[in-house]
Amino acid sequence: MALVAFGQQKMFARPIPALLHALLYVGFLVINLEVFEFVLDGLLGTHRVLAPTLGKAYVFAINGFEFLAFGVLISCVILLFRRYVLRLARFTKPELKGWPRLDATLILVIEMVLMCAILTMNAADQVLANQAVSPYLPLQTLFLSSQIQPLLQGWSTEEVLILERGAWWFHILGILGFAVYVTFSKHLHIFLAFPATWYSNLRAKGEMESMPEVTKEVQLMLGIATTSEPAPSEMGRFGAKDINDLSWVNLLQAYACTECGRCTSECPANLTGKKLSPRKIMMDVRDRVEEVGKSIDAGGKGLEDGKSLLGDYISKEELNACTSCNACVQACPISLDPLSVILQMRRYVAMEESGTPAQWNTMFQNMETSFSPWKFSPSDRFNWAEKVKEEEMK
Amino acid sequence: MSTYQVPTLAEMAAASKTPEILFWVGCAGSFDERYKIVTQAFVKILNKVGVSFAVLGPEEACTGDPARRAGNEFLFQMQAVANIQVMNAYEVKKVVTACPHCFNTIKNEYPALGGNYEVIHHSQFLQQLIHEGKVVLQGGGEFKGKKITFHDSCYLGRANEVYEAPREVIQALDVELVEMKRCKSKGLCCGAGGAQMFKEPEPGAKDINIERTEEALATGAQAIAVGCPFCLTMMTDGIKNKERESDVQVVDLAELVAKRMGI
Repeated sequence: MALVAFGQQKMFARPIPALLHALLYVGFLVINLEVFEFVLDGLLGTHRVLAPTLGKAYVFAINGFEFLAFGVLISCVILLFRRYVLRLARFTKPELKGWPRLDATLILVIEMVLMCAILTMNAADQVLANQAVSPYLPLQTLFLSSQIQPLLQGWSTEEVLILERGAWWFHILGILGFAVYVTFSKHLHIFLAFPATWYSNLRAKGEMESMPEVTKEVQLMLGIATTSEPAPSEMGRFGAKDINDLSWVNLLQAYACTECGRCTSECPANLTGKKLSPRKIMMDVRDRVEEVGKSIDAGGKGLEDGKSLLGDYISKEELNACTSCNACVQACPISLDPLSVILQMRRYVAMEESGTPAQWNTMFQNMETSFSPWKFSPSDRFNWAEKVKEEEMK
Repeated sequence: MSTYQVPTLAEMAAASKTPEILFWVGCAGSFDERYKIVTQAFVKILNKVGVSFAVLGPEEACTGDPARRAGNEFLFQMQAVANIQVMNAYEVKKVVTACPHCFNTIKNEYPALGGNYEVIHHSQFLQQLIHEGKVVLQGGGEFKGKKITFHDSCYLGRANEVYEAPREVIQALDVELVEMKRCKSKGLCCGAGGAQMFKEPEPGAKDINIERTEEALATGAQAIAVGCPFCLTMMTDGIKNKERESDVQVVDLAELVAKRMGI
């Protein structure tokens, strides 16, 4: 599980995006160490407070940050290229129209701008240090940002100072602003991917969760009730019609999804042109939770707004197209489970609405009357053996 | 010379005998004309090897898998609880089945309802028999040296992570195993799972079994081996659609093994 969450093991099923993602991930984690110094400097009124104490290690670290920043920058460019020039199929699906596409682009652009700010700041910082402007300290060669320094030739000290301070403030405010933006964005993934992986299903993927409330009824009907407990007077809803019928893990997963679309790109239904897209299922769950949440915050009707996940977000056509093949669950780098949502909603349609397709209703009838999904007489079940029983054993 | 035996658990119990394994035949194995041949091939293997087995015969009922996947939990549990009562009454310990859907349901879903058995798929059972030297394969055979591809069924593969057993069975046959582009954990569904077998697909650009058949044909294999009755139907339909019945066969693992045993 740690390998999946921290080691991104499942990402490496597709090596190129895995590498780009790993650069962003490591870059994000490591460059935040520098932000720690930013905050210290800001609060103490110092400049590069850790430089004198750490000495050579500091220069080494800053160079490391620069290489990572450059790596992040390049990754973002390639990722935008994949989205807008190569137009990979999973990034051009209908569920990404509008805000999801803008959100994805904003995230990449903001990250690029922030990385540019770091490199610019370091370049200006060293120009000032070389001019012995206090409190700037000369650091031994910063390999990458020194490449930018020639651009600053001919700038006055004041101008470079403004550039350096501007980049510093831009970076720290940008990061803090981005942290707030993330909570409104699919990018909440960067925090929730970890708990979502922790709570992911580790049992055999083929197992559908049982419904104990049904077992009691069934045992009563078959006359084999094991307890004398009376059946609860008020039964809850069977299956899921809306978000409150789903488990909190389903909802957590919906927020951890970053809409990469690996699930959809491996879904046999989607691949053959059906309406179902497992990514859309996750997005629909999150969007409905957001809608209900906003309604409650505004003193509105919340869940009772006359809408529901089934019908207003996810159609029966989508639910019915699923082959329960688990390709989506397998493909998800953080093991999110769109199939769980689909199957819970199918239960609602079948048991509360009796709204399953006619051919399934026929299959149900066959099973009730002849204990087989096909209409054969149960007494013929063993007929296959007649021929083989007459055959001489070789 | 004696004939092949197919004892039922009821007959065994009447004679105070307990078989080692219950062969769970499943609805397709009992009623589907094509898959009945697979069932027959498998019991011939069991006879030949001398495995102590029995079937439920008329006492078997659908595991309930398609009802559960279609959302009808009541119907599923009615089937499941009834089956578990029968199996527990016969004190069944070990179940072998040629259907990955039955395999998954009995293995993973019956325990929650009081049915605890050791469940193995016939590909695993055949692999064991080959491994133990109990199945003796004769040389030659119609696919000797030819290409065979294996289509992973979702409920055997991703659902239960059985990828190697069927492949080892095929490799023991002295044939060339070729993989499709999407195989093992990335295998593409045949289109029948999740109760799709029992209804028409939703509107789309293509049927899933056609997509998968095209991929199988692209390997140049003379046979598509499967380990699932629904996959067998879907892939056979796909081959017919592509009008390749004359040069490409869709066969179950048990049939391949039985043929090479000369039975």
